[in-house]
Amino acid sequence: MTRTLPILTVLLAIVVLWYLAAIAMNAPWQTDVYKRGGIENVPATQFVLDTWNQEKPVLPAAHQVLTELWNTTVMVAPNKPRSLIFHAWVTFSATGLGFLMGSLLGIGLAVLIVHNDATNRSLMPWIVASQTIPILALAPLIVVIGFNIFTGTLHIPTDPARLMSKAIISAYLSFFPVAVGMVKGLRSPEAIQLDLMRTYNASASQVFWKLRWPGAMPYLFTSLKIGVAASLVGAIVGELPTGAVAGLGARLLAGSYYSQTIQIWSALFAASILAALLVIAVSLVERLVGARMGVRPS
Amino acid sequence: MSQLQYFLALVAGGLAAAALAISFAWPLDSAFLLRAFLVFGTISLVRFWLPLGLWLDGALALLGAVALLTGLGIYSPQPPFFWMALVTAWLFAWLFAERLARAIHEGILPDRGFGLLIPTVFGLAILVVWEVVTRGANVPQVILPPPSMIWARIASSVPTLLADFQQTFLKAVLVGYALGCGLGFVVAILIDRSPFLKAGLLPLGNFVSALPIVGVAPIMVMWFGFDFQSKSAVVVIMTFFPMLVNTIAGLNASSLIERDLMRTYAASYWQTLLKLRLPAAAPFIFNALKINSTLALIGAIVAEFFGTPIVGMGFRISTEVGRMNVDMVWAEIAVAAVAGSLFYGVITLIERGVTFWHPSVRGA
Repeated sequence: MTRTLPILTVLLAIVVLWYLAAIAMNAPWQTDVYKRGGIENVPATQFVLDTWNQEKPVLPAAHQVLTELWNTTVMVAPNKPRSLIFHAWVTFSATGLGFLMGSLLGIGLAVLIVHNDATNRSLMPWIVASQTIPILALAPLIVVIGFNIFTGTLHIPTDPARLMSKAIISAYLSFFPVAVGMVKGLRSPEAIQLDLMRTYNASASQVFWKLRWPGAMPYLFTSLKIGVAASLVGAIVGELPTGAVAGLGARLLAGSYYSQTIQIWSALFAASILAALLVIAVSLVERLVGARMGVRPS
Repeated sequence: MSQLQYFLALVAGGLAAAALAISFAWPLDSAFLLRAFLVFGTISLVRFWLPLGLWLDGALALLGAVALLTGLGIYSPQPPFFWMALVTAWLFAWLFAERLARAIHEGILPDRGFGLLIPTVFGLAILVVWEVVTRGANVPQVILPPPSMIWARIASSVPTLLADFQQTFLKAVLVGYALGCGLGFVVAILIDRSPFLKAGLLPLGNFVSALPIVGVAPIMVMWFGFDFQSKSAVVVIMTFFPMLVNTIAGLNASSLIERDLMRTYAASYWQTLLKLRLPAAAPFIFNALKINSTLALIGAIVAEFFGTPIVGMGFRISTEVGRMNVDMVWAEIAVAAVAGSLFYGVITLIERGVTFWHPSVRGA
C-alpha cells in the first residue's frame, strides 16, 4: 500500500502531463484546420477535444493509443498482418530464439573462463571491452548479410532465414551480459567454501554442480533479465533494415514512413508490454527455481 | 606440464609433422617460410625429452603467423597443408597463452605487463586467422572483408568517416549525453527531499530500463527533424533514467551514522548534500555515466536508421549495407568501437581522479 500510492500518483501525473502536452503540440495543426475550414469562434472545450482526436496528431493522446491497441489486438484475428499480436509474435520468436542461443553461449563461455586461466586472460578483457562498443550498429549488416547467406548459400526458405538473422543479433546482445554475470556468479563462492569442498575431496565437477552452479543462480537471473531486454531491443532493431515486413520494428518503420503516429505509439506500447512480460517471465522462473532450491522468501 | 598443455603440444607438433609430410607433394622451390615453420613445429616435439621455454612457443606462433600471411599469394586454391599450418599456428599460440597464464599464476612472471600480453596475443591471433581465412579461402568480401581491406578503406575515406563522426558523436551523442545525464542528475537532486516522489519514480525508472527505448527514435525524428537534434533527443531519453535511478541510489549510500555526524555539526541540508552525500554518491553517478556512454552511442546510431541528413555513422551503415559496400560498414563500425571505448576510457579516468578514496580504485 505504501508503495502503490506514490507509483499511481506519478503515473497519474504523467497521464495529465501527456494530455496537456497533446493540446500544446497538436494546437498549431488544429488552428490550421479551422482556418482552412473557415470555422470561427470555436469553444475552448471543442478545441481541446479536437486536439485529442486528430487523425495524424503530432502527439497522440493516451486514449487514441489505447484504442488503436485494442483495435489491432482484440478486434483483429491474430493471424492477419494488421494485428499487433501477429507482429509481436514475429518479434517475440526472434527474441526468444536469440535469447536462448545467447544465454547458452554466455553460460558455456563463463564455465570455460572460470575453469581455465588462459581462456579467462585471453577472453575476459575483450568481453569487457566489447561492452563499451555499440554492438547494435552491426545489426543491419548481420540482418542483410545473414539473410543473403541463409537464403543464397544454405537455401533456407525466407521466413526462417529472416528469423535466424534477427535471432543472431538478439543472441549477440544477450550473450555479453549473461557471460559477464555468470563469470561473476561462478566465482562468487568464497575461498572458505571452496576449501570445505576440498576437505570433502570433491572433484572439479562436484565443486561445480554442488557449489558454483547453485551459488551463481542469483547472478544468472539478474543477468538473464538484462539479457532478455537486450534481446528484444536487438530483435526490434534487426527489423529496421529494409526487407522486414513483419514485426514490431517493421511496424515502427512503416509508421514513420507514412507519419502514422498512432501506429508508432501503439507499436511502442506493444514493445514495452512485451518487454515487461519477458522480464516478468524470467522473474517467475527465478522464483520457481528459488523455491525449488529452498530460498527463503524475503 | 599440465594435461591440457601436454595434449596441445602433442597435437601441434604432430600436425606440423603431418603437414610437412604432405607439403612434399607440392614443388619444393615454393612456400619456403611455411615449410620452415612446419619444420620448426615438428622439431618442437623434442620437448617431451628436452623442456622448451614458453617463449619458444610464442616465437613459433609468430613465425607461423608471418609465414601464413606471406604465403597467402603462393597457391590458389590453398593446399591442405596450408590450412593445417594455420591450425598448428593457432595451437602454438594457444599453448603459449596457456603456459604464460600458468607462469603468471605460479608467480614466475609478474602480472604487470605480462598479464596484458595474453589478451593482446589473442586479439592478434583472431586478426591473423580472419585475414588468412578470408583471403585464403576467397570468402566473398560481401560476407566478410579481410581486416587489411577494412584498414585500407579506413585510410582512404578519412574525410567521410570524420564527417560522420562529427555528426553522430560530436553533435548527437555529446549534446544528448550531457543533457540527459545533467537532467537525470538535477531531477534526482530535486526529488531527493520528497520520499513520496522517490517512492513513485524509482520503480518506474527501474522498469523503464527494461523497455526498448530506442523505439522512440521515429517519434523524435518526426518532432525534431532529420538533423542531429532528434538523435540527441533519443539519447536524452535513453540516458535520463539510468542517471536518475543511480543518483537516487547514490544519495542514499551514505550511512545513517555519517548523516548524524553532519547533524551534530549543525550542517544545513545543502552542506550535507555537498560535503557528504554527493561525494558518497560519486561511484554510483560514475556507474551511470559509464552505462550511458554506451547507450548514448547506440541511441544515436540507431536513431539515424530512421532518417538523417546524408551524413552520420548510422546513416552510412544502413546505406552502405544496402549498396553491399561491406568494407565501408566495417570501417564505420571500427570507428564506432574506437569512439565508444575511448569515451568509456575517458570517463573511467575521470572516475579514478574523483573517487580516488573508493576501495575499488585504491585496490587497483
